[in-house]
Amino acid sequence: MAHRIEVALRDTVRDARGERIKREIEHFLHIAVEQVRTLDVYTVDADITPEELEKAAAEPFSDPVIQSYSIDAAAAGSFDWLVEVGFRPGVTDNVGRTAREAVEYLTGRAFQAGEGVYTSVQYLFSGKLTKDQVERIATGLLCNTLIQRYSIVSREEFDPLRGVAAYVPKVTSEKQAQVREIDLNVSDEELLRISREGVLALTLEEMKIIQAHFNDPLVLENRRKLGLGDKPTDVELECLAQTWSEHCKHKIFSGTVQYEDEQGNRQEIKSLFKSFIQRTTKDVREKLGEKDFCLSVFKDNAGVIKFNDDWSLVFKVETHNSPSALDPYGGALTGIVGVNRDPFGTGKGARLVFNTDVFCFADPFYEKTLPSRLLHPRRIYEGVVEGVEHGGNKSGIPTVNGSLVFDDRFAGKPLVFCGTAGIMPAEINGEPSHEKSINPGDLIVMTGGRIGKDGIHGATFSSEELTESSPVTAVQIGDPITQKRMFDFLIRARDKGLYRFITDNGAGGLSSSIGEMSGECGGCKMDLSMAPLKYPGLDPWEILISEAQERMSLAVPPEHINEFMETARRFGVEATVLGEFTDSGYFHILYGDRTVAYIPVAFMHEGLPPMQLPAKWEPPKHEEPAVEVKGDYTGDLLQLLSSLNICSKESVVRRYDHEVQGGSVVKPFTGVANDGPSDAAVVRPILDSFEGVVVAHGISPRYSDIDTYHMTANAIDEALRNYVAVGGSLDLVAGLDNFCWCDPVLSEKTPDGPYKMAQLVRSNQALYDVCMVYNLPLISGKDSMKNDFYDGATKISIPPTLLFSVIGKIEDARKSVTMDVKRPGDIVYLLGKTGDELGGSEYFALQGTVGNKVPVLDAAKAYKRYQAYHQAVTEGLVASCHDLSDGGLAVAAAESAFAGGFGMKLDLSRVLWKGDEAGRSDATLLFSESASRHLVTVHPEKRDQFEAAMSGNCFASIGVVTDEPELSIASLNGETIVKAGLADLKEAWQETLRDL
Amino acid sequence: MKQNTRAIVITGNGTNCEIEAAHACRLAGFDDVVIAHISDLLSGEVRLDNFHFLNLTGGFLDGDDLGSAKAQANRLKHAKVDELAEHLIDQITRFINDGKLILGVCNGFQLMVKMGLLPAIGGKTLKQSTTLTFNDCGRFQDRWVYLKCDHDSPSVFTRGIEKGIYLPIRHGEGKFLADTQETLEHIEHNHLSVLKYSDPSYAAPTMDFPLNPNGSQNAIAGLCDPTGRLMGLMPHPEAFVHRTQHPRWTREELPEEGAGLILFQNAVKYVRENIL
Repeated sequence: MAHRIEVALRDTVRDARGERIKREIEHFLHIAVEQVRTLDVYTVDADITPEELEKAAAEPFSDPVIQSYSIDAAAAGSFDWLVEVGFRPGVTDNVGRTAREAVEYLTGRAFQAGEGVYTSVQYLFSGKLTKDQVERIATGLLCNTLIQRYSIVSREEFDPLRGVAAYVPKVTSEKQAQVREIDLNVSDEELLRISREGVLALTLEEMKIIQAHFNDPLVLENRRKLGLGDKPTDVELECLAQTWSEHCKHKIFSGTVQYEDEQGNRQEIKSLFKSFIQRTTKDVREKLGEKDFCLSVFKDNAGVIKFNDDWSLVFKVETHNSPSALDPYGGALTGIVGVNRDPFGTGKGARLVFNTDVFCFADPFYEKTLPSRLLHPRRIYEGVVEGVEHGGNKSGIPTVNGSLVFDDRFAGKPLVFCGTAGIMPAEINGEPSHEKSINPGDLIVMTGGRIGKDGIHGATFSSEELTESSPVTAVQIGDPITQKRMFDFLIRARDKGLYRFITDNGAGGLSSSIGEMSGECGGCKMDLSMAPLKYPGLDPWEILISEAQERMSLAVPPEHINEFMETARRFGVEATVLGEFTDSGYFHILYGDRTVAYIPVAFMHEGLPPMQLPAKWEPPKHEEPAVEVKGDYTGDLLQLLSSLNICSKESVVRRYDHEVQGGSVVKPFTGVANDGPSDAAVVRPILDSFEGVVVAHGISPRYSDIDTYHMTANAIDEALRNYVAVGGSLDLVAGLDNFCWCDPVLSEKTPDGPYKMAQLVRSNQALYDVCMVYNLPLISGKDSMKNDFYDGATKISIPPTLLFSVIGKIEDARKSVTMDVKRPGDIVYLLGKTGDELGGSEYFALQGTVGNKVPVLDAAKAYKRYQAYHQAVTEGLVASCHDLSDGGLAVAAAESAFAGGFGMKLDLSRVLWKGDEAGRSDATLLFSESASRHLVTVHPEKRDQFEAAMSGNCFASIGVVTDEPELSIASLNGETIVKAGLADLKEAWQETLRDL
Repeated sequence: MKQNTRAIVITGNGTNCEIEAAHACRLAGFDDVVIAHISDLLSGEVRLDNFHFLNLTGGFLDGDDLGSAKAQANRLKHAKVDELAEHLIDQITRFINDGKLILGVCNGFQLMVKMGLLPAIGGKTLKQSTTLTFNDCGRFQDRWVYLKCDHDSPSVFTRGIEKGIYLPIRHGEGKFLADTQETLEHIEHNHLSVLKYSDPSYAAPTMDFPLNPNGSQNAIAGLCDPTGRLMGLMPHPEAFVHRTQHPRWTREELPEEGAGLILFQNAVKYVRENIL
């Protein structure tokens, strides 16, 4: 029988969780509640004595100083309504898992199969609430019905003695594992139905390729020898669907594009990936010659570059958008712990040293109605922020850099970018750490978590737009602690040389990881019945493609298997041999003795012809807004500082541990009150050394409304200028591209596919052009191409977005520069020229306009200036430096001033101008977002040296740092057009998201 | 021959600060510093008896799933050591009785409190009388805090700190609470509350957020036992051992060494003078 242990805070103890829920109900649902108290419930479904149960309740489950417990009796005191929220069967319950282990330690007995501990939370509401309101609180805030269940009990219905009855969310299945065969010799409509209803995301053309394969007499002959039928099994079809999914195969980036520009010039591009991304890296590396620092690019889970002779750096940025739209907390948590496995599974394995994250959301204060399936942006914001907080903090990896970007089109799909960097010794056991291999005969080992139905069809589902009927099982919940344990174990195994190859289980599960590994050595033979399951009842195809988290796949040489397994046991980590790698040329999958899939490796990986994609560029024409001439722009500046894209994100950033591991040098916030926004992060991964890693990013989706070429150029420039600002070296810096696009494939649902595809082409063109000038090899990246919502009536497509991340080095981290002004009397310089480029700016966005004059990058000039500036930093000549981005000069000056606690007096007439004089006005000088500019302060004593270092570049002294705590800016005519106290500027900047 | 000073940092199951804690021990002057995975202790391969200074450092033991450090407290209490006929807790008790040093930081402090190693009033260890629970603000916080130091405290770790010390906190469950008024009074009377959140001049303890980031009773941030050899604190001394870790190092004149190092230097000094 299952028992319930209810743990309640003593009445005198403040219930911070309850208070937070109360606040959120009021702020978010506008329902008044007097009080919310919360209880933790453990449902123990195991063979356990009453004494043991009592001990579990008294010791690990409750804190005697602040809590009391009751067993199989109600702990709830007075309330008007009770809501209990627990997980649905099969959903990962991390607390339940820890609780179970605690009971096992306590009793000294392991749980039997089918036994478990399940957790839920009871919320007790006091106040005049209707059942309807409570229902809204439950579904609108407390419970994500996709993964959780809830029950509502009124005071009248409540049994004060027994309380809520025990409920065990155990997965029960009497079902025998079965393998179905699918007849593909059917009509085209039928083929499409099979793909659609099976969430295979295969097109008709792809289905027909599979159909043809299974009609090939030679194929059939080989199948018959193994006792397989002529029709594909569900295992085979699912496996091909995963391998060929947009998510895994990047069909759009490898397709053939017919591009036509605005002049009607036509061009055939065979694979954007090869033509632009790979070519960028190849050409930059050639240009760098002996100074090339790339070690492993595009072939592994993450890119690897040299850090110094002894250490190599690994970096990857991923997206986890679709799951975060459905379950913001679980989706984002899985996003961060998932990307952790990429650098960890790169080369022979890297120790993880920092995370980065960038979120794109709709306005959290959004008040218009949304299609029913979409969660409110505020809820997505809360969930994603918390998910990444838990994933990053619990894993002990500092989150050092990131941003929040807002645009209401992200209501259709939020973008959740998570990056992780790692470091590994350049050599491990005498071999380069970034290389790995598999020999036929090596054993297939899976380690970490068990397999359940979680994440089934994650890869294929994220290759489609979000719809009303997106599958429940697509969502996983990450478990940072299981993963951390596994990493602790694997680092030990790595250093002992116990495995030859490691990779992660992400999208597509075993079908992808073992599929790719089979490509390395030429085949595999794997028995799915050996795989450890969370609960019985999974069919072989489900085992193969489940995206259950925290698993790595390895190739272990037979001579090391005993030591590998013994080490795993000691670390409390599950590891299972599933078969062996072969050179048979086949992906050969068994379930027990029975062959359930037999696919030629070559067909899996090369059987798909390139997609044909039309692209036609027609530059959009927006209305050109008139720039209003004002006598005072202080109000505009304050409004800009409060705008979502510019305002302080401190309430979020402080929730992320950015200092664990002890290497933090430039933190997210800096300045006299630790609250000014840093441009980039500097981290020392090796504590005995002062060599630093510098990481920064750029993202500017607003410019996509004008031209994605310039969106991309500006994003790359923003990343590099942030990087340069803090002191990053231009001799060792690499880029990562993360494309998040709306579906660009022409179809009935996407009639404007050719335009969106042309946007993608232009973005790639810029990527090549700019990276070549900036000597930025691309070392890794990812694309997510279906960021649309469509429910048949409403379609919401995100603005095409490129997140460009850079990672590189500062030789001496003690030379790092921060953005806060340092002392009165310092000279203020503006590096770079300003032009009439308000198109797509935050200033225009305030007025609800876009314009056309997007900032145009002059990369060659910028690069030369960045080099000169870096020299000045190396010589110790720079007191502070802040990059100019959203909101232009006025915003950057305000931020630097209030961060440093000293005022600034600037003169717009001294700002260098580029282009047509007609556009030169106070407003453009203040708010234009022209690329490649830095606001620098220099101590007067170092003036000559600084100017000498910068000579031959565009820069001008435009003012001075003042003792008086105010920002004062003189117009072209010499009149004061901005005048504001630092406290007011800072308050405007901080108030917007302070309470979120 | 001179005996080596030996420090151990326990890791595993979600401990995160082992590298910087070991680095701090080395910088402070410990001759041998070992990062031991809990599985090395449970297998009997590493024994606490061979060390002088035990670091229970920061992290999220078991994800803080049952409340911070609760599951580890339970594990240390009930887990058996493979090769030896003893529980891990026996080694810990012996370590304490041998007059050695334990420093618990953040999650390690939570662990010490929940195991009852602190405040251990009247030598009563293994009975929990205080706790660390959810911050009043309801959220995890990473920010730097000013800590006023009680000079009359018996703690061996804080000797030589002038007025106070500036360190980062990074936690969601740092609010200190005592089970009874009596316990609290005993703590205060015996100067066991060695560090308190304070104003920037270290003049007085404060209950104001964010100076006091969690709403701790009496602004208590760090606690020691009556012998002063066992201490726990929510802030992270190992995260400030060099000036570049200070949030304002680019604008203030700071000594090369970070203020947090003194706790580890005091530990090595104590070991040399009293244990070896």
